[in-house]
Amino acid sequence: MADPRTHRLRLWSSALVVGVVLLAVLVVPPLVQLDEQAVDLSRKLLPPSWEHPFGTDDLGRDLLLRCVYGLRISLLVGLVAALVATVVGTAVGAAAGALGGWTDRTLMRLVDTFSSVPHLLLGIFVVALFRPGVWPVIASVAVTHWLSTARIVRSEVLSLRTRPFVEAAISGGATRWRVAVRHLLPAVLPQAGLAAVLMVPHAMWHESALSFLGLGLPSHQASLGNLVQNARSSLLAGYGWPTLFPGLLLIVPTLALAGLAGVWRDRLNPRRRSELML
Amino acid sequence: MLELDTVTAGYDRRAPVFRGASLTVAPGESVGLLGPSGCGKSTLARVAALLHRPDAGRFVLDGTEVTAWRHRAPRELRTAVGVVFQQPRTAADPRLTLADLLVEPLRATGRRAEAAARLAELAPAVGLTPDLLGRRAHEVSDGQLQRACLGRALALRPRWLICDEMTAMLDASTTAALVAAVETYREETGAGLLAVGHDRVLLRRWCDRTVEWKDCLPAEEGP
Repeated sequence: MADPRTHRLRLWSSALVVGVVLLAVLVVPPLVQLDEQAVDLSRKLLPPSWEHPFGTDDLGRDLLLRCVYGLRISLLVGLVAALVATVVGTAVGAAAGALGGWTDRTLMRLVDTFSSVPHLLLGIFVVALFRPGVWPVIASVAVTHWLSTARIVRSEVLSLRTRPFVEAAISGGATRWRVAVRHLLPAVLPQAGLAAVLMVPHAMWHESALSFLGLGLPSHQASLGNLVQNARSSLLAGYGWPTLFPGLLLIVPTLALAGLAGVWRDRLNPRRRSELML
Repeated sequence: MLELDTVTAGYDRRAPVFRGASLTVAPGESVGLLGPSGCGKSTLARVAALLHRPDAGRFVLDGTEVTAWRHRAPRELRTAVGVVFQQPRTAADPRLTLADLLVEPLRATGRRAEAAARLAELAPAVGLTPDLLGRRAHEVSDGQLQRACLGRALALRPRWLICDEMTAMLDASTTAALVAAVETYREETGAGLLAVGHDRVLLRRWCDRTVEWKDCLPAEEGP
């Protein structure tokens, strides 16, 4: 069990990594004004150097720049998809838990139906309906990721709705809508927020998997999945860095976001709060 | 009149908490319901507060039968009954300040405009000083929180008040203050009271009559 010092270390290291990543994707592209798709075959597959810290790919494109652009796209997909999935999952879970009866049964069977299809297969089905681009990928990730949030929120609402403070609200004349919006939703939002933070890295991985399969973003567009996919032939030819750096950029922010989510979870738990002297 | 006539209620239809319980509280009357833990006093109080639907029998409140309802009892009847629960920590929404807690029923019933004036009446009536009104549940004591919960129950000026072991968690002086606040309210409005509890001495002193829970039913009546 983490002591207060480990808790602080996890908080600050995770926050530092997330801060650097956000700074890089927000500041670097408008600052450098370089084309990350500019091909220079005379500089193909150069190893990491001062000039190209991450090396170049098989078309001579600077990998650091492509990684920053790729990370930006992957983060955008992850954040927006997690936001959409959390809003949908929270609305469905809250409605099921608060209304109960046939509404609950219908919504939960819908969740079961979506859950019974493998996520990647469902995601592929959704992207196949549209032309390649960012929004189909976001829709695909959102469609496959709202289910867990709906289940979490529903179980929280079910446990809350028989609490005396909810009964006191009912006794005081509150409608079901008011009970849900004024008392139940604010109580489940921290859990839903935690689920959203944990979902961002998962959504990034989902986008990367789709792009790696050639079903996500157009192959010329830099995303972490496309970068790994494009680097496959280089890896087989013995050049490791075109795969290594996008792969690291997928893993490190994932760990940092999971670390921040863990800190958040600790702070939501009153017993852990007192153990950590927060 | 609050009239429970051979009411059966529980959380499992095959094994109800009690069968055939009858109890009547006249307008302006105060009745103490005594009994051991687990006998069904609180379930009866929840039925009387329209928070739990009886499985059988009749419940008549002010001449209207409210035995059968689906999701919620009608609002005008729910708001005619104020409820104070045993544990203020679980009965108060932890995100609300005491001021919000006190006037929440007014806001919930669309009487937002009256909230400020009613707050100014309620806070001193239940013994809450202005410095406490901006605090949340975790920033006040159990006694202060229970005062706020009593104020919330009185906010809509109910004709009936159900106190389910309201003072079980409190010290003697806070108990006396809360009982005094309830009695002042009843003198002003003529509201009826059903007070549920274990404390025989307190309930016999507080209420016009007490009903003792015997053999799984409210039966023996005392002064």
